[in-house]
Amino acid sequence: MDLVSFAVQLLNGVQYGLVLFLVASGLTLVFGILGVINLAHGAFYMLGAYLAYWITARTGSFWAALVGGVAIAFVVGLLLEEIFVKRLYGRDHLAQVLLSFGLILVLDEIRHILFGKDVHSVPAPEFLRGSIQLTEVLSYPVYRLAICVFCLAVAAAIFLVIQKTRIGMIVRAGAENRDMTRALGIRFDVVNRYVFAVGIVLAALGGIVVAPISTVFPGMDNQMLILSFVVVVLGGIGSVAGAAIGALLIGVADSFGKVFMPNFSSFTIYVLMAAVLLWRPNGILGRREI
Amino acid sequence: MARGALTSRLVAVALVAVAVALPFFAATYYLQLASKVLLMGLLAMALNLVVGFGGLVSLCHAAFFGLAGYVLALTSPPYEAASIWITLPAAVGAAALAALVIGALSLRTRGIYFIMVTLAFGEMLFFFFHDTRVAGGSDGTFIYFKPLVAIGSLPLLDLEKARTFYWVVLGLTLAGIALLVVIVRSPFGHALAASRVNERRARSLGFPIYRIRLAAFVISGALAGLSGYFAAAQFGYVAPQMLGWHVSATALVMVVLGGMRTVTGPLLGAAILMGLEEFLRASTEHWKLLEGLIIIGLVLAFPDGVRQLFDMALKPHAFPALRRMRRPAVPREAGNA
Amino acid sequence: MPEVALRAEGLEKRFGGLRAVREVSLDVHIGEIHAVIGPNGAGKSTLINLLSGELGATAGSILLRERPVGRLGVHHRALAGIGRSYQKTTIFLPFTVLENVRLAAQARTRGGLRLFGSPERDADLNANARAALDQVGLSGRAEVAAGLLSHGEQRQLEIAMVLATEPKIILLDEPLAGMGTSEAKAMIELIRSLKEGRAVLIVEHDMDAVFSLADRLTVMADGRVIASGNPEEVRRHPAVRAAYLGEEGPP
Repeated sequence: MDLVSFAVQLLNGVQYGLVLFLVASGLTLVFGILGVINLAHGAFYMLGAYLAYWITARTGSFWAALVGGVAIAFVVGLLLEEIFVKRLYGRDHLAQVLLSFGLILVLDEIRHILFGKDVHSVPAPEFLRGSIQLTEVLSYPVYRLAICVFCLAVAAAIFLVIQKTRIGMIVRAGAENRDMTRALGIRFDVVNRYVFAVGIVLAALGGIVVAPISTVFPGMDNQMLILSFVVVVLGGIGSVAGAAIGALLIGVADSFGKVFMPNFSSFTIYVLMAAVLLWRPNGILGRREI
Repeated sequence: MARGALTSRLVAVALVAVAVALPFFAATYYLQLASKVLLMGLLAMALNLVVGFGGLVSLCHAAFFGLAGYVLALTSPPYEAASIWITLPAAVGAAALAALVIGALSLRTRGIYFIMVTLAFGEMLFFFFHDTRVAGGSDGTFIYFKPLVAIGSLPLLDLEKARTFYWVVLGLTLAGIALLVVIVRSPFGHALAASRVNERRARSLGFPIYRIRLAAFVISGALAGLSGYFAAAQFGYVAPQMLGWHVSATALVMVVLGGMRTVTGPLLGAAILMGLEEFLRASTEHWKLLEGLIIIGLVLAFPDGVRQLFDMALKPHAFPALRRMRRPAVPREAGNA
Repeated sequence: MPEVALRAEGLEKRFGGLRAVREVSLDVHIGEIHAVIGPNGAGKSTLINLLSGELGATAGSILLRERPVGRLGVHHRALAGIGRSYQKTTIFLPFTVLENVRLAAQARTRGGLRLFGSPERDADLNANARAALDQVGLSGRAEVAAGLLSHGEQRQLEIAMVLATEPKIILLDEPLAGMGTSEAKAMIELIRSLKEGRAVLIVEHDMDAVFSLADRLTVMADGRVIASGNPEEVRRHPAVRAAYLGEEGPP
């Protein structure tokens, strides 16, 4: 493998890893702060992709899809928290698993009713459609670079919010010591609702931005769900920084796995997970037993 | 108390009698449905050894279930029936081995981690059969003949007959129940329950928690494999979906539906859920939407399973009888007793 | 000199930069109650967790009757003869009192993990469990769910469970915490009875109880041992008066 194709693979891996981070950070936030395991997280990724297809097809504008998709996901997140999820706080993990499994069945069937079961593709925005010439024979799509930049911007925003703002402070304090923070008069019902909605938005956002480079199809939720679980296990539950490390590891491992052992590429990530479990059962940045 | 125990014993005997006699009055379709219910019930009861008695929420039991099915498919010769004496031990052994490896890694974790790790390792097997051409890839592969039960050239049972197949499955299910009851009542079963209730205390008394849980996981995986072997034989077909985590989650729903604190509860859960699916499928195209809503509703309404309803109908004197089935008493029940 | 049941040498525990336990050495003898006292944050609970194996020591060795156990996990140490209670009562709340103690007896029995048979019908297990209940005075409550017991009874049960594992040494982490006067009085008598044929190491804040129970004391502050000896020697030790008794007043 020469240097340029190595660089292309690395870039592919990083781009994939960044999207994974987007989705997995939502999952890890909901785990870490609400203590809820949400198996339906992947379904919101799929929802995002289908919204991207549907809105782009109606309006012709990917930007409308981006804004509209995020808005719809946010509202859906708020509603679901209010109707179902808030009844799960403090319930055992089993109840959370089952409720989110029920939610998957419902969301998948709604997807079927609203958007059908066909495979779709979504055009990228006009000015991001070209490719950058790397050498005479190799080029790299601009849209993939745009995804990288966008995901990095979102990641930076997440870190800034968590580290620098009052909301982030409440969120951090709540993850550390919920009772104390409540005693200080923080309204957790409100914080919870927004955290859950933001988690859903992050999943949907992942689906929206990858829609133009992958196809939109029923069942796309499953692989993303498993991958984001692996990311969270690698990084440590509740740790956004851990999710970043885990996502990049998986992205790069997957990208090179496809080149070096095309038949068993899906195994590289599980081998990686097994290795981390042997080395640090609580994840690379995991703090404690949960 | 004696009356309560007697009643539940009579009910059990009556149910078994009806189940044995079913082929004499039920149409083939319902016989096949009953076989399916028993096999899913066996899977759910196997899962419950880990979930209800061990307190470990596993999402990879479909992988053991499906793996055993795939072993049957892969070891069956293309134009004749496979011998059950070779393929069944191979299938159950493969499931147990997979449970040993996955369990050894997953049991290093707790709680939410355990759920996610078992889910991921289960899906690893799914993607293995989905992405490689080992057995038809994502299309799956057919098993044209049901396994041969014969000694030498003397056939003992003809599994191609729906009636015989049903009786064999019923026998296995009853054997599975007996095995699980013995295990749950045994010193091992008590130690397993103890490590669920208070892991720290169990460990500081000297119980090797990790080994106990791993043993339960392997037994449970092997039983799931037993169920999967016969499920594959019944459908005559294996596909990656059989290993997918949606099957694991469905089995979990059965466990919770039937109640996790008894050996046979999940079988009841399987009967209820599959009966419900039959009904919904016949009434609407979008039956999964309703099923999902019903699952959500049940989780929110009955945290202890629908068995709760039956329990509430029983008088307190019946509780010691239930407790004798190693239903670990929660304080308020024991207080009544 | 009575036989040494447990010997710790140069025990050390670091959490990141914090040295919670520093070079602690102590001997606990058969037939004696050895109290570890010291102000909050002195490292007493950490010490108990190091001895029982819940925490791994950064350095130092632990000998149980001259057998090194410092590298063994919790359940191996339990089987080797270290029993313990926790600051927060740690029992099987949904199970009956008898079931709790029977599990404890089962843990150290050969065949304690058999896949067949029934502990409920095992005469030896039941006899051992009943004997332990007798010793702590809970025989009359055998069929009650542990979760329904009073706080004091739950503590008694925890000790019965430890006794049923037939330990060489019992580690008690604040056994009197949260108890009323009469409950505490009964518990003190129970603890006094434990040292017969065994060693007892106790961490406790109630100084009256400590000085009435202990045959030997080790005083810790900032993770180290600042004094040790019999109650009289410790009472007179200047470092102790300064670091500890100065705040609490002499008992």
